[in-house]
Amino acid sequence: MMNYVGDTTAALASQQQEHAIQIRDLRVVRGERTVLDGLDLTVGRGSITGLLGPSGSGKSTLMRAIIGVQKIVSGKVTVLGAPAGSVQLRDRVAYVTQAPSVYQDLTVRQNLAYFADVLGAPRSDVDRAIDQVDLASYADKLAANLSGGQFSRVSLAVALLGHPELLVLDEPTVGLDPVLRKELWDLFGRIASDGATLLVSSHVMDEAQRCDDLILLREGGMVLAHDTLSNLLERTGAADAEHAFLQLVSEEEIHA
Amino acid sequence: MNVRITLATARRVLTQLGHDHRTVAMLLVVPCLLITLMWWVYDGGPVWGQIGPALLVVFPFIMMFLVTSIATLRERTSGTLERLLSMPTRKLDFLLGYALAFGVVAILQAVLASVLAITLLDLEVAGPVALLLTVAVLDALLGVALGLFVSAFAKTEFQVVQFMPALVIPQILLCGLLLPRADLPTVLEVISDVLPLSYAVDAMNEVQRVSEPSVLGDGTVVLAFTFSLLALGATTLRRRTG
Repeated sequence: MMNYVGDTTAALASQQQEHAIQIRDLRVVRGERTVLDGLDLTVGRGSITGLLGPSGSGKSTLMRAIIGVQKIVSGKVTVLGAPAGSVQLRDRVAYVTQAPSVYQDLTVRQNLAYFADVLGAPRSDVDRAIDQVDLASYADKLAANLSGGQFSRVSLAVALLGHPELLVLDEPTVGLDPVLRKELWDLFGRIASDGATLLVSSHVMDEAQRCDDLILLREGGMVLAHDTLSNLLERTGAADAEHAFLQLVSEEEIHA
Repeated sequence: MNVRITLATARRVLTQLGHDHRTVAMLLVVPCLLITLMWWVYDGGPVWGQIGPALLVVFPFIMMFLVTSIATLRERTSGTLERLLSMPTRKLDFLLGYALAFGVVAILQAVLASVLAITLLDLEVAGPVALLLTVAVLDALLGVALGLFVSAFAKTEFQVVQFMPALVIPQILLCGLLLPRADLPTVLEVISDVLPLSYAVDAMNEVQRVSEPSVLGDGTVVLAFTFSLLALGATTLRRRTG
């Protein structure tokens, strides 16, 4: 009997292990507004999932809930088999906010060296991460003296330190030129093929084709669709992600 | 508590200061200049001898309060605090990192201001100089703890400086700088009894006036306020926000 119970628990645990993110009935209220109302979501490991939707659709709030820095009203958020934000996840999950959160009055290298120390990552990660975001020639410049796009890449580089199993990136390519955007998406692809999971929000719909899966959110934190791009295009008959999104919104309105 | 993260945080705060020469000057040079100004105002006379110790407390206290409150407010508003708390950083690592970094600054500040007062400005000190320095550092750390604490109650830098007239200046007026606390009207004396800066100044006065000073009582009160403010400050660092 004991054995049986033990086996079930183990089976259950390994089942949860398969998912990078599992959300059940998540409700978040900010001020007077219900941002997410009963959201369900499952994201498998080792993939890039794009989180698309207009501003105000709750993308950032959803990401904050996954990191465990968002107060939630109800629901269950499980990340890599553990409750979101729990101690054992702190160096396994990396998070980049929309507004860059690094120190303006430190150089690029000093910023990364500090966060590497906090994460317990080796110092060799510092130069590797600086190279990955293409800032090697700015490594000893004060972050305050960088351009907006360079500054946000410092913040992104922090998420590349150590070996995060899940990277949650809130609009990491906003304000970057097309060449750099392509390079970063190539980098995201390499990180995912090494086995990590990425959840990347964007409102640039053409970035959708770089994702394995798409989550389309609409205002009120409703999941309009969670599917591959090709399936979405087939289902809606649209030519690209943007039109698929518009198509789904109008279908939704007709049903409502 | 994680020693690696605490030390990394202290080093990081000091590196930030190193890039900001104006703030370093405000922390180290300005208290010395203000103390010299007061010495000049009283022409180095008997009043200088009476208020000198209080000045060694008050000016560093103000500077530490200002710099700490604004530095930690910036951590809160720039998202770096949230990022650190989503990493393996514990609240205590963060607070102690700051306390340690500004503790180093406080030691430098205390040495500079005390040496200046004792040598060039002829402040007579009956007690041991080492004790004077210890008391000065404790008092500056009180400013650090108060600054860390109030930063939780401000949303902007504009709001945080408003705590100067609200919380700091009343303490300065009642700490015994203008009038010995025993000579204050009874109500004000009672109020000054519950303000931490009063004990900081009492301890400093004791070291200056008594050749074998006993600062255990006042020092303990100052330390207790410092730890309580840090502990209260820790409760205002929230990982999960709305």
